[in-house]
Amino acid sequence: MPDVLKAPLVVEFPFTRSLGPVQRAFFTGLREGVVLGARTTAGRVLVPPAEYDPDTAAELHDLVPVAATGTVTTWAWNHAPRTGQPLARPFAWVLVRLDGADTALLHALDAPGPDDVRTGMRVRVRWAAERTGAITDIACFEPYDGPPEQPAAHTGEFENPVTGIVAPARLDYTYTPGRAQSDHLESLARRKIVGERCPSCRKVYVPPRGACPTCGVATGEHVEVGPRGTVTTFCVVNIKARNLDIEVPYVYAHIALDGADLALHARIGGIPYDHVRMGLRVEPVWTDGARHPDHYRPTGEPDADYDTYKELL
Amino acid sequence: MTRQIAVVAFAQSDHRRTTDELSEVEMLMPVLHEVLARTGLRTADIDFTCSGSSDYLAGRAFSFTMTLDGVGAWPPVSESHVEMDGAFALYEAWSRLLTGEADTALVYAYGKSSPGPLRDVLTRQLDPYYLAPLWPDSVALAALQAQALLDAGDTDEHALAAIGARSRADATANPHAQLAGPVPRGDHLVRPLRTGDCPPIGDGAAAVILAAGDRARELCARPAWIRGLDHRIEPHSLGARDLTDSPSARLAAERAGAFERPVDTAELHAPFSSQEVVLRKALRLGDEVCVNPSGGALAANPVMAAGLIRIGEAAARVHRGASDRALAHATSGPCLQQNLVAVLEGDPR
Repeated sequence: MPDVLKAPLVVEFPFTRSLGPVQRAFFTGLREGVVLGARTTAGRVLVPPAEYDPDTAAELHDLVPVAATGTVTTWAWNHAPRTGQPLARPFAWVLVRLDGADTALLHALDAPGPDDVRTGMRVRVRWAAERTGAITDIACFEPYDGPPEQPAAHTGEFENPVTGIVAPARLDYTYTPGRAQSDHLESLARRKIVGERCPSCRKVYVPPRGACPTCGVATGEHVEVGPRGTVTTFCVVNIKARNLDIEVPYVYAHIALDGADLALHARIGGIPYDHVRMGLRVEPVWTDGARHPDHYRPTGEPDADYDTYKELL
Repeated sequence: MTRQIAVVAFAQSDHRRTTDELSEVEMLMPVLHEVLARTGLRTADIDFTCSGSSDYLAGRAFSFTMTLDGVGAWPPVSESHVEMDGAFALYEAWSRLLTGEADTALVYAYGKSSPGPLRDVLTRQLDPYYLAPLWPDSVALAALQAQALLDAGDTDEHALAAIGARSRADATANPHAQLAGPVPRGDHLVRPLRTGDCPPIGDGAAAVILAAGDRARELCARPAWIRGLDHRIEPHSLGARDLTDSPSARLAAERAGAFERPVDTAELHAPFSSQEVVLRKALRLGDEVCVNPSGGALAANPVMAAGLIRIGEAAARVHRGASDRALAHATSGPCLQQNLVAVLEGDPR
């Protein structure tokens, strides 16, 4: 059995999120070095604040400043910080109840080691040097042995309030295609297009995914198909994709390879885009070093009769 | 009169650190075939299909549509999916059977954690404003809960180690377990949690079949009747919760009828040893209750399937006469944020 095929796969999004009125005030406050809580109808002060009372679901709008000092309610020592976490050196995760608040805020505590951290210890906010209106405007907490800070009165109204946050997220995966797709890819590397036949309904799937979606059983019998095939349907692409060096407009088509019972999709080249048609006979164009056809081009054969591919539309 | 719904069959994969030679459907399909074979049903006989999985685990968009290939979804089947543990898919299927619109349901779940950095992946389920930007990983959050339990005097490091040791010892009788036998307590992963307090990371799948009334009796010699099923959630802000308790698990258990009579068995979805402490307290489980005879999530924790497996394991014990009344629990979110409790019973013998 060949080695399992693997490839890096990065999933990355910059999530742009809007803020409700309470969060808008809280994040703007962080930018200005003020910590605001939301007071519930029962008089509890929530920090971090919620838009709605977790007990009654009532809308909250009574914002009250709390101190930047507080007490650790629980902690955990993180000796091996991971990507994206607040500090790159070992630190304690802490839940901190700020003076004046009734709930606790999760963040990092910069301490020399686990022996310097305990539940009940006093800490204060260490502000980030550059603040934008985000939870990371608190760089971390640090040990503090002074008296509780007295927050100045604040209305929760600010000039230029932040209206949203952008939270980048990136996860790094190792993609493995599995047994059937690996076999297919290995064949493509030898410029063979190989599908798999369902033992029950006898249909040949290209590319194979390992299971017949109609019968719910494993496919396994390899069947070489094509290389020629028929365009069953197509579209004209007019928008240039990022990181894709193909001039628009171009045609992307469903192609029923000879011997296959499922159409695959690929780009059509070697013909003006407005000459592509259903029934056009095509063949793959391989380029050196690539593991799959670069595109398909016309073979010059007469067009296929509609009845030969109508079941594959 | 309320319909009686039962778990009539259960199957699961051998849970492994990696399954990189298999796609998700290739991993799942043998489990689907096995659970169907246990009842003699074919896909066409199933009235409703519901699955639980998450695209984030393996980084594959719409992976549940790919795995539906393993069901054989043509002619079109009545189907649904939850981006949650399969136990919550089972809840949906159970509800559907209660309406009378369906007599049989296939519920399955799968998770391939091996392709991605699971601890980081799970940060993406957190509050996107206050938590996710800090990337607090799943072990770190569980460690905060464990420290709160230590501070409260609810447990100590020896008791936590004993939970891990008991789970892995029991798992020696479970051929599907990933981690069984003597496992060292290990070093701190995030203090106070040691590697032995944490679940193995791995890939796996599970499936159950539900059936109503007489249909259940036809398909299973001793159906595991679902006497009650409920799930409850707590506020998402960790700092607004008492992490040493689980009022949501207690309320779900109460509404599922768990406290009406004692249970003999409990399968708890407690991926971290410290969470078993919380759940035993919340669910009022005494030492006379056999807890996690399968080894639980500390022996195999395929994310998205591990909760469904608890229901399946509890049901399988009822099926083979090892239990008459069992509690099954599943959780979702950080620090036992959301909890589902099922009460399963066999007919009197």
